[in-house]
Order: sequence, then C-alpha cells, then structure tokens
Amino acid sequence: MSRTRNNPLADDLLRPLLHTGVWFYAAVAALGSVVACGLAAWGYQLWHGMGVAGVNWPVFWGFHETNFVFWIGISHAGTLISAILRLVNARWRRPVTRCAEVITVFALMIGAIFPIVHLGKPWLFYWVAPYPSARDLWVNFRSPLVWDFFAINTYLTGSLLFLALPMIPDFALVRDRSTGWRRRIYGTLALGWQGTTMQWHRLEAAMQIMAIAIIPVAVSVHTIVSFDFSMANVPMWHSTIFGPYFVAGAIFSGIAALIIAMAVLRRQLKLHAYLHDVHFDNLAKLLLLMSLLWGYFVTAERLTVWYGNEPHEMAVFWATQRGQFAPLYWTMVTCNFIVPVTILSFRRLRTVPGAVVASLGVLVGMWLERFLIIVPSLSNKQLPYSWGQYAPQPVELVIMGATFAAMALLYTLFAKFVPIISIWEMKVGNQPHPDAVTASEDEMSELWKVRP
Amino acid sequence: MTPVYALFDDPAVVQRAVDALREVGIADREIVVMSSEPFEEWEFSHRDKADWLYKVAGAGGLVGFAAGAWFTTATQLAWPLKTSGMPIVAPWPNMIVVFELTMLGAMLATVGTLLVTAFLRGGPRFYDPAISDGYILVGVAAPGERVATIAHTLTAAGPTRDPVPVQ
Repeated sequence: MSRTRNNPLADDLLRPLLHTGVWFYAAVAALGSVVACGLAAWGYQLWHGMGVAGVNWPVFWGFHETNFVFWIGISHAGTLISAILRLVNARWRRPVTRCAEVITVFALMIGAIFPIVHLGKPWLFYWVAPYPSARDLWVNFRSPLVWDFFAINTYLTGSLLFLALPMIPDFALVRDRSTGWRRRIYGTLALGWQGTTMQWHRLEAAMQIMAIAIIPVAVSVHTIVSFDFSMANVPMWHSTIFGPYFVAGAIFSGIAALIIAMAVLRRQLKLHAYLHDVHFDNLAKLLLLMSLLWGYFVTAERLTVWYGNEPHEMAVFWATQRGQFAPLYWTMVTCNFIVPVTILSFRRLRTVPGAVVASLGVLVGMWLERFLIIVPSLSNKQLPYSWGQYAPQPVELVIMGATFAAMALLYTLFAKFVPIISIWEMKVGNQPHPDAVTASEDEMSELWKVRP
Repeated sequence: MTPVYALFDDPAVVQRAVDALREVGIADREIVVMSSEPFEEWEFSHRDKADWLYKVAGAGGLVGFAAGAWFTTATQLAWPLKTSGMPIVAPWPNMIVVFELTMLGAMLATVGTLLVTAFLRGGPRFYDPAISDGYILVGVAAPGERVATIAHTLTAAGPTRDPVPVQ
C-alpha cells in the first residue's frame, strides 16, 4: 500500500470530520431532544423532591443506583480492553482501541452523574470531596462512598489521558489537511506536534505506562463499586465474591457495548474496510468467554446461598427464583447466558448481526442483573417488619432513557470531530518490515543476476 | 541558520539517506526525522528512546503513595472519631485511597513529563505539512557550511521531493 497522498486511509477516516451529512443533524436533534427531556425530568425531581421517584423506605436505592452501577460497568469496555490489547501488542486492536476508549470516558461521566441525581440536595455533592469544612472535619475515609469518589475520579482522569494522548498525532494530521477555523482549533489540540522520533518515542513510552497503570485502576473501580454493597450487612450483599463478580460483569457488558458501537460506526461511517468481520469475531469470542464466566459466578453465588440456607438470605433468594422478581431473574439468565452462548458458540451464527443481537441481549441482561442485586435485597431485609416494595416512577424512567440518548449523542459528536479510528496506528499496521524489504531487494538482485 | 531537508515516501530509502548523512560526518543528534507514524522497526528511529519515563512514573507513584498515606492518616488523627469499631487510623480502608492516589500520581507524572519534554520544550524550527500525507522528512536543522554536502547526499538517496532550504 502506498504510504503517501494516494493512500485512502486518511481520506476515509477524515471524511466524517470534513463533510457533514444530513443524518448527523437529524441524529443530534433527535438525541438532544431526549437528553433535554431527561434534564427536564431531573429538574422536576429537584423541584418536587425525591418523593416523585419511586424510592422510599426500605428501598432507598432504585433505578438511579441501578443505572450508576450499569454505566460504571459499561465503562469497563474501553480502557481495560484497549490497555490489555496494547500491552500484548495484538495487531487487530488498531481499529478497535479508540472506539472502545471513548465508551469508557462517556460511560464514566454518565455513571458518575447518578449518585448526584440520587441526592435530595445535589448542590451539596461536594461534601463527598475531601476538604476541611468550617469545623475542620474531613470526609470519613472509612465510607465506601468516599472510596467511589477517589476510584471514579482516578479512573476518569486516567481514561481521559489514555484517550487523549494518541489523538495528538491525528489532530496534527487534521491540522495539516484543513483550513480556517478548523486549522486553528486542531492546531491548538495538536500541541505543536511535528512527528519527530523523540516525540514518537515519548508518546509510545507514555502510552505503555498508562496501559500498565490503568488496568489495576479499572479493576479497582468496579471492585470498589461492589464494596458499596458488600460492605453492608444486607441479605445477599455481604459476600466476598462481589468484587470479582462485579468486575467480570462489567467487562461482559462493556464488550457488548463495544460490539454495538462498532457495528453502528461501521454502518453509518462506511468503515467496512477498517472494521472487519474478524474484529467482530474476536470480540464475540471474548463475549462468549465472559458469558460463561458470568454463568460460573452466578452459579457459585446462588449455590452457596442455597446450601447455607440462612432464612433472611433465602427470602431474597426465593423472591428472585420463583417470587415477584422471578420473571426479571429468568429474563436476565436468558439474556446473559442462554442467548449469547447459543448464538456465539456456533461459527455460522457468530456473524456481525449475530454478535449485535447477543450484545443487545447482554446489555438488557446486565441492566437487570444490577437491578436484581439492589432492589430484592433492600425489599427483603433481615426483619420482616422492614420489608417493602419498589416501583419505578416516570421521572426515573425518563432520566434513564435520557442517559442512553446522552451516550449516543456524545458518541455521535465525538465521531464527528475526532477520527474514530486512530489513523497513525492504522498506518503502523500497514508498514513494511525492514527484513521483508531487505529480503525482497536481495531477491531482486538475484533476479537481475540471472537475466541477460 | 537555514535548515535543509528532503521528503521521502519509503522508509527503506530513508534508512539509506540517514546512513549516507552519517557517512559524510553528520552526527546522529543533528539529523532530524519527522513522520506521521512511528517506525519502530527501522534503525533510523532508534534514537531518543524514553526508557527513563518509567522511572518518572515510579517516582510519581511514590509521591502519590506518600501523599495518600499522609492525607488519610493526618486527617483521621486531626479529628479522632471512632467509627464502626475500626481504629482511628484504619489501614484497610486507607489502603484503597492510598492505592488510587499512587496510580494517579504515576499517571499524572507520566503525562506531565511527556507534555513538558516533548511539546513545551520545542522541537526543530521547521516542518512540512506534506508529512501528514505520509512523507518522511529527513533533514539537518543547522547545516552551517555543509548545506551543499547535505543536499547532495539527500538527493543521491533518491527522495520524492528534492532537498529544500528553509527560510
């Protein structure tokens, strides 16, 4: 493949930035309207108080916390997968990494909003930040909610930097190919990038370090989110399995989100030449593996509770197995295990549409899993006098719908203003190897020798 | 001082050009190579490795660790409030905060050092937008009286665009 201007790679990947289609404006208007509805619903909740949400004694955590855990889980797709693939130098990672890293950043931002949405007085959210108050009191570092603050902020900072660093050379490319205000903006974002060997070495060393650092941080984030539950003495929460169970579930839902995002990008931006079937096949195999792992964790958790036969835990257990939550529970099992294992185990079904169907199922199933962790346990606490019901209210449903629209809107805007596939990393994938060049030159010399 | 450079579209030819510049007495540190992609496999890009950045990250991690340990311990001792039967300075919960600040320190030190040393310090005072089209620039920032020799050497290597002096 030619390395210079005739190479269609940069032209293809820069097309969405330099040309705007009608679909872009239509998508932004539609998604923006839904987000506006969500903001209005939040405003309504602020004006009338938390009473308009379905949460009440004893179920104080409902849809908002379910969405918090769900979105933090989705955020696991990007940075973690990208970092692992970078460290093992998987060649097929190149078109996938940025698509994945963007999911992490936006999902984290959306997830981190929910604890604030859930607060009755959200303007006091800074109380969770460590600062000395008027009475010289600091936050209580023994509280899992404070651990959340540190973990989510560290992960968000790291993920933003991990996403932004490899974008610098691509910003320079857009700078050199554009004019007017675009050139000025991308020139600023490119930070004066010239592409000297020194800059490349430092950028790559920094990316390597970030990849090493971000993996344990990613694992810690969802472990700490699981501590929000497992540190409490609530039936079926106080469990040592929760950390790895949450991490596995987060990676599971994250991969599903990544497959869906890549399928939409491939179709809308016509990226078939870069997002190949093999990328979907590899991710679908990972999804299958995580589905089996999820099944293993659920079986281990349920079997241990059933065998222990503790009365207060069995109340929650039976509520989910054959009680009021059973339809949701068995839908979850179908979506998270039966559907993906059935579709993805067979090569003939493991196509792009097959992977997308399985991924949609996993997203539904994983959202239900988060709901079923939170609500049944709070509805059936140790003492029967504190049992209660929870039913989501319209305001919670609208806010939840708006977050999905917000994710799609942010992703659409990002794909419009930044190359969604790292151009320079794709170029590296097309480079000739020095040994191959030397060999072919030697072969040519031999060929010339025998010719008259 | 007028820099001189040529543009190439083949890394194998770039390697020949860099080798030829060395042969006529140009030191490695004087040769500038710019490209829109890294050429890790090619010898001409093996200069300026940044292995020391790992030590910077380690140092940043240590600073984060110390800051986290001090922060949690000092604030708990400043207001000794017994919580849930835990000691005043509770090592297990503190470990979580200390871990996060350690990793944050390592990451911020890495990126901060990258920004200062690779961007703010300033590189060669010339550039060609054709690099973004896939061309590889090979040149010398301060050729002095060797302009003719360098231009001849670069031309002999077979560039896509012949050497140009930069004003």
